[in-house]
Amino acid sequence: MKIIVLVKHVPDAQLDRHLSDEDNTTDRADSILSELDEYALEAALQLIEARGGAKAGNQVIALSMGPAGAVNAIKKSLQIGATEGVHLRDDALAGSDAAATSLALAAAVRHLGADSPVDLVLTGMASTDGETSLVPAQLAERLDLPQVTFASELDVDGGRVIARRDSDTHYDTIEATLPAVVSVTDQINEPRFPNFKGIIAAKRKTITTLTLADIGVDPAQVGKAGSWTEVKTAAARPPRTAGTIITDEGDAGIQLVDFLAAQKLL
Amino acid sequence: MAKVLVFIDNPGQALKKSSLELLTIARSLGETAVAVNGTLTDDVVAALGAHGATAVFRPSSDDLDVFLVGPKAAYLAGAVAASGATTVLLENSFDGKEIAARLGIKLGAGVITDVVGVEADGTAHKSVLAGSYTTTAKATTAVSVLTVKPNSVTSEPAAAAASPELLTVDVPDSATAGAARITGRKDKPASGRPDLTEARIVVAGGRGVDGDFGPVEELADALGAAVGASRAATDAGWIGHDAQVGQTGKTVSPQLYISAGISGAIQQKAGMQTAKVIVAVNKDAESPVFEIADFGIIGDLFQVLPQATEEIKKRKG
Repeated sequence: MKIIVLVKHVPDAQLDRHLSDEDNTTDRADSILSELDEYALEAALQLIEARGGAKAGNQVIALSMGPAGAVNAIKKSLQIGATEGVHLRDDALAGSDAAATSLALAAAVRHLGADSPVDLVLTGMASTDGETSLVPAQLAERLDLPQVTFASELDVDGGRVIARRDSDTHYDTIEATLPAVVSVTDQINEPRFPNFKGIIAAKRKTITTLTLADIGVDPAQVGKAGSWTEVKTAAARPPRTAGTIITDEGDAGIQLVDFLAAQKLL
Repeated sequence: MAKVLVFIDNPGQALKKSSLELLTIARSLGETAVAVNGTLTDDVVAALGAHGATAVFRPSSDDLDVFLVGPKAAYLAGAVAASGATTVLLENSFDGKEIAARLGIKLGAGVITDVVGVEADGTAHKSVLAGSYTTTAKATTAVSVLTVKPNSVTSEPAAAAASPELLTVDVPDSATAGAARITGRKDKPASGRPDLTEARIVVAGGRGVDGDFGPVEELADALGAAVGASRAATDAGWIGHDAQVGQTGKTVSPQLYISAGISGAIQQKAGMQTAKVIVAVNKDAESPVFEIADFGIIGDLFQVLPQATEEIKKRKG
């Protein structure tokens, strides 16, 4: 089985995050592997382990598009268990919106499927920085592949992918033929941590760097120039300030209701 | 005059509040047409007219619900062409965002999600990085596709009701070929409470409820509120994952957010810091939630919440 997992290097959401003053793009210092991508990686590893793992010729390729630092997300993925890494890196990609990102990733997926076909493209449910959830659906559209998204359970059997997708009002069972683009939620599994053996093994794994020329994409189709949306202005939201804090002395529930009444919230 | 298309998936017997909000925004931008999927009742057609829709499109195919997302995007692309719309509005749900995503690629149109306001020239307002920035963004393409969050406007009917023309959009067979199929559906039991992302008031519980959401639910019901939870509470299995507010759950912007037994770490803050008023109840005076609360109570939620619930019931008579 050949699985491509999309991984993204994002600013650590546990820290303060910023947009650049110059061009409203995300400041990528203090970045890590997007937490939501760990679930996709885990799902991929479970699928190949059930089929004899890497020894049986199964592949989990961690593909990341991003600047130099994005290689760290790939390295982390290799430590966790991905069998190889691919870094799509080109200065012309900077500032790509979801449409431009999906165009470049679609070309990269086609490139990686040129020698042997790709069975699955697995992604997280969103990046923890952009948070739009657009790229998996746009990738499926561009590759003309079935889209199985927001999966909270996943199985592959007999050339079909079977998934459970939860909405607020119902649970759906989704089925599609392979190859497919699948995104998974944080409910699907418990991602593993890299262990010592994994960290050592990762040093021997290959990371291939691809440029736009390698995957046959015209630089004008991506980056700010190739994007279909632009961020015009960005302003940091003024931090919330603490209001009245009281310690309960037996009547805090009443004071709470008084506060709501004063705010006309009852 | 600019033309706007609103997509309403399965309107059912009556239009949802979020659909009425989309129609209200659409009218502020231009002449409004609606693309509907699923059953369309006379009452719904009348309501669409009352909210200014001059045309209502339906798909030639009645089985789009059997497929996930893709074929609905194909239908909508046809409706955009038929209506001549330059702005398309959808709801900001998982399905809405993904239909918008694919429609964008089909039309070569920029897609903006999580929109909370739209200016006459199509500039969209939204929050990014979990509410820490507000931005304006605009599609640079001929058509723009926007998914709009609930509660972004107060819905209002049109000054004069329209009687919409009913039109059919042909959905080619190729739209469904190879698409992922929905082969089973199980409904979740309805809670009777408002939808978490649409609710005016949210009462949320965290680690501090220690397995007992009773006081949180009772206060929510007294206020007509939705029930939310921190990730700690959903991961512990005390309440369904649907209730999770935060970075990996839902983002809510209610008028009032009451946080009970939640420390308010970044994961949670990301989902609720755009609430208008925040009230926090927590035993630990050092909880970060007190840094962002308009009214904070250092105390035991098992004392404070039931007392507040009783008091609200008393005042509401």
